[in-house]
Amino acid sequence: MDWSFPPEAEEFRNEVKEFIAEHLTDDVINSTHDGTIHNWEFHQKIAERGWLGGAVPSELGGGGKSAIEMAVMIEELQLAGAPIDGMGVAIVVASVVLELGNDHLKETLVPKLLSGETLVSFGYTEPDSGSDVAAAQTRAVKNGSEWIINGQKMWTTMAHIADYVLLLTRTNPDVPKHKGLTFFIVPLDAEGIEIQPVHTMGTERSNATFYDDVRIGDEWRIGDIDGGWEIMKAALKYERGIAGGQFPSPPLIDAFIDYAQKTTAPDGSYIIENPVVRERIVRSLIDVEVCRGFAYNTAFLASEGVMFGVEGSMTKLFASESYKKHSKWFIDMAGVEGLLYLGEDDAPVGGVIDEHFRHAPVTTIYGGTSEISRNLIAEGLLGLPRTR
Amino acid sequence: MYLRLSPDEESIKDIFDSFFDTECSIERVRSSEDSGFDADAWQRFVETGGPGMCLPEICGGGGADLTTAAIVADLLGRYVAPIPFIEHVVATRLIASLDQNNADLPQLATGELIASMALQPLSESTEIVPAGAVANRIIGFRGGEIIVIENANNASPLRNTANLPIARHSFDGGTVIASGDKARYWYQKARSEWQALMAVALTGLGRKAVDIGVTYAKERYQFGVLIGSFQGIQHGFASAITNIEGSHFLSSRAIAALQENANRGEQLAGMAFLFASEAALNAAATSLQYHGGYGFAEEYDVQLYYRRAKGWPLQLGDPGLEYQRIANLYLPKEGVH
Repeated sequence: MDWSFPPEAEEFRNEVKEFIAEHLTDDVINSTHDGTIHNWEFHQKIAERGWLGGAVPSELGGGGKSAIEMAVMIEELQLAGAPIDGMGVAIVVASVVLELGNDHLKETLVPKLLSGETLVSFGYTEPDSGSDVAAAQTRAVKNGSEWIINGQKMWTTMAHIADYVLLLTRTNPDVPKHKGLTFFIVPLDAEGIEIQPVHTMGTERSNATFYDDVRIGDEWRIGDIDGGWEIMKAALKYERGIAGGQFPSPPLIDAFIDYAQKTTAPDGSYIIENPVVRERIVRSLIDVEVCRGFAYNTAFLASEGVMFGVEGSMTKLFASESYKKHSKWFIDMAGVEGLLYLGEDDAPVGGVIDEHFRHAPVTTIYGGTSEISRNLIAEGLLGLPRTR
Repeated sequence: MYLRLSPDEESIKDIFDSFFDTECSIERVRSSEDSGFDADAWQRFVETGGPGMCLPEICGGGGADLTTAAIVADLLGRYVAPIPFIEHVVATRLIASLDQNNADLPQLATGELIASMALQPLSESTEIVPAGAVANRIIGFRGGEIIVIENANNASPLRNTANLPIARHSFDGGTVIASGDKARYWYQKARSEWQALMAVALTGLGRKAVDIGVTYAKERYQFGVLIGSFQGIQHGFASAITNIEGSHFLSSRAIAALQENANRGEQLAGMAFLFASEAALNAAATSLQYHGGYGFAEEYDVQLYYRRAKGWPLQLGDPGLEYQRIANLYLPKEGVH
């Protein structure tokens, strides 16, 4: 086995580090604390480098960046705590549209997505269907040359700053649930759409979106009628490797080490000198090294053109579960000050310890809960019987 | 970057897989539980050239690198094989690194002589040493010096949790073969190699422990259904195998870092060792639990894995101290006054 990165990936790593040093300013980081997890300026700087288009597979007209280079970029951005959700969305949607979309969508959407001018929100989840995503009930009915859409989506995160929603709808209720789904890319300024904020325990704002007799032309459909599951699979395929989520802990660990060196415990000793604290920091650092192994492995598989599934589930499961554990340890070790909100005078390292503690639980839920991941691992890797 | 075995490595794996399958079957493991050592298996291992595979050719070895030793260590764990391969590899490499003309090397390279090492710097007058009941040469590190004791293989084995051939030794009267920075550097490197190879072996052990449990869960019916269909059981196995997979990647990176002499080799080896220790025990404990009462019965193999998952890594001592050692490699020792 050879774990070394090719020279061009190492060079690219340096380029990404320089980019971060220049563009990931305190202002950018701070702008994400108010609930908007996206920063347009930073996003557009990434686009200007050509890194959004570079991530789109070359056979679709993008290219220039290998799977391993992409992994390097995603790793460095995460280690620095950069806001990258919008980046992932842009790359995934552009890739899906280029592979399976019509000319209208390709022309309207892809250039603006890859130049960082526009965003698409994901509209999969509904009030009654989360993990069971194929049970979506939002209805789309053909009426002459147009479609009429009625329903509701939950967790349409970034919809309030995006121009479109990638909407999963039911077009046929009379067939098995996976076979009656159709996808649309719906302009969010269409009449009949209402966006309501959903405030969360974390600092993020998400949205619920409502669709009341929304009328759109057939040119906004992506994929075949009742062929929506193919689009879902394509979106998951392109999400692999660029979705991030492998390195949520390092910014927290770095911040805590800094804090622990400067702060004394009630007995007057520095927090960093406490053996229990030191063991937990090492355990966290070990988990991060394990995440590296998982992330590099999926990058390698992607570079070989392997369509991996279980490997992604294991990566996601380990990274999010270990992050949640770390967030509990670090708030404990910061003591009562660990509870303080961002902006409070004595809040350790700017309040990020509390912020991570409140953010961490969502990471074992979104993008496939830990329970769904374990189901997939049990079935796909261990060959145990399907239980649902 | 290439994260599979090469065709050559696959052949090496196949060769040793069939060796272990024949010479270290679970029946053979059980029949050597009293001594923790299967002398016939070692003799056959000698015939394969295994003991000296990672020594330089100039010392009579096979010239293979640590990556090759890792292929064997993985299988050693999978078969919980009662032969002191890891101790022998790291101790003989240490001796060869210090002196290519050491008089024992030809016989160490063939495996006629077995070597081992004490895994912590010596502090007491006697120490319990891995493979101490079967090793002819044992290395210790004391006061900045590397000491070798000879003809140590007459020591009585100590009965223990994991049926290991451990024994207590005094290092008084041993021969000093290195001192100063050189001794410190090579002793630490050998210790890191032991940690990384042990991490690989524990990963193999843990993977097999999950296999044993999953196989059982696909055969055992309760409440009219296979117990493997229960989500509670599926999720325990899924978490266990995820940690084993993570351990596989980390131990493989540690081996690669040591092989390349990368400056992170020592840290990664320590980290891989600590993570693998927990992942392997968790895998064996999970598997044992899902066997129900049978898991506790001597007759079932999973208990062999459970006991070794604890015993193998504990030969290095309290893992809590190892966490503190790794912390000292990474973290400032004091606050900023």
